[in-house]
Amino acid sequence: MSDVAIIGVGLHPFGRFGDTTGIEMGAVAARRALADAGIEWRDVQFGFAGSYEIDNPDAVVAFLGLTGIPFTDVYNGCATAASALALAAQTIRLGEHDVGIALGMDKHVGGAFKADPRLYACPSWYGELGQFLTTKFFGMKINKYMADHGISSSTLAKVAAKNYRNGVLNENAFRRKPLSEEEILDSPMLNYPLTQYMFCSPDEGAAAVVLCRADRAREYTDTPIYLRATAVRTRRLGAFEVHSPWLPIEETPGATVDASRAAYEMAGIGPEDVDVIQLQDTDAGAEVIHLAENGFCADGEQERLVADGETEIGGRLPTNTDGGLIANGEPIGASGLRQVHEIVLQLRGQAGDRQVPGSPRVGYTQLYGAPGTAGVSILSR
Amino acid sequence: MASVPVAEGVFTWPSDDPQLIGSKCGACGIVTFPAQGSCPRCASTDMAEHLLARRGALWAWTTQDFPPPSPPYAGPTGKDFVPFAVGYVELPGEVKVETRLTEHDPSALTHGMEMELVIVPFRTDDDGNDVVTFAFAPVRPVQGSAS
Repeated sequence: MSDVAIIGVGLHPFGRFGDTTGIEMGAVAARRALADAGIEWRDVQFGFAGSYEIDNPDAVVAFLGLTGIPFTDVYNGCATAASALALAAQTIRLGEHDVGIALGMDKHVGGAFKADPRLYACPSWYGELGQFLTTKFFGMKINKYMADHGISSSTLAKVAAKNYRNGVLNENAFRRKPLSEEEILDSPMLNYPLTQYMFCSPDEGAAAVVLCRADRAREYTDTPIYLRATAVRTRRLGAFEVHSPWLPIEETPGATVDASRAAYEMAGIGPEDVDVIQLQDTDAGAEVIHLAENGFCADGEQERLVADGETEIGGRLPTNTDGGLIANGEPIGASGLRQVHEIVLQLRGQAGDRQVPGSPRVGYTQLYGAPGTAGVSILSR
Repeated sequence: MASVPVAEGVFTWPSDDPQLIGSKCGACGIVTFPAQGSCPRCASTDMAEHLLARRGALWAWTTQDFPPPSPPYAGPTGKDFVPFAVGYVELPGEVKVETRLTEHDPSALTHGMEMELVIVPFRTDDDGNDVVTFAFAPVRPVQGSAS
């Protein structure tokens, strides 16, 4: 099997862009990734494109070129971009093609996501009662986690403040204004203990990654970044997951834990080797929980890690260095490729004002979302 | 006007002693809520109706302080919206059910507290019926809480 390298990354900024369509944003991200790789669209042999709002994101070829390549659309909840990346990597690993693109784009209206619960195997009444809501799940999960493991609301505010601060350093971020811990704690309570400024917001944007066979990467770039593992997992019975009208008495780790373990095993890399981290911070509590679920600390240790600044850009576990979802928002199709974009810049030493010191060698990304799906990737120089 | 349940088959109604209607797998014994026709653990289709216990312990909870998006939310919105709490109540040996809670004050809710099933008003439908739903209420107030 061939190893896989990333030779180009590109981003359309995240935020709100009026009449610009998701497809147009996707074309911008793709062109930037192609330019970064130093190749033309005609050199791309296959693609996977992810979106929630756009039925056929592969229609981007209208702007890039109708070259007839196999171009497959992917939707897999909040793990959509991780799935596009995993499928693109597997296509190369299996030897089918040498050079391809993973592209994600979305254009959401603001506010909590809404959908028909029956499309998620939930009864209609679950939605009528107002329980078919992701934010409520995240509130319950962190509230229980704080009680079980001694995490304070102050830690949630510190995590959100850190991500807004990192967003100030990221010209592509949606929210670029620093917010104090007090402003975050004093913003309206949405789902106890989570306040408005502890949550990310659905928004708009696009991201693209150009991948190629690792043994050909140096034909294109002096700084290939190797994709050491990609893993997507769904929840097992007993996991505490979003959109669950009931749970069994038995308890089991969630989809993130399963995806994380699979990715570490595939990469032959452990959490102690990781130098820069991107985690799904749908809310500040999710970042706290995901630090432990991905093996970076023990349950409860986050209280001290965050207080000591260990998850800051200059800390031992720099997390969401580009501001994460809290500062960038979440265009579902693009979100995970935005994470990969940031890790690639960090490992190349091109992250500018937010560059992690000490020439990081290994990076990690994780996505999690409805209906209990997680995606992890591990990258290295 | 009549009181009607939010949906048929969710809880026994009308009843002086209502119970949630779950199902139990004849092959592996797992209990689900609501009732479903196949088993999420062993895939058996040998599922039978199983009425759930009326008391349990609060396993996880949060508040819903903004109106959920409508649709699918069918309750009062805008200035008529009343914040509520949601949690999972663990019914011993059966299942954890996600449910509205009658108590919304975080200082009056604590993990592990004993809860009991009640039927509460939810909304008035277009025909003027009182739509009722299930919820769980604390059996005893939390010590030191104001409510």
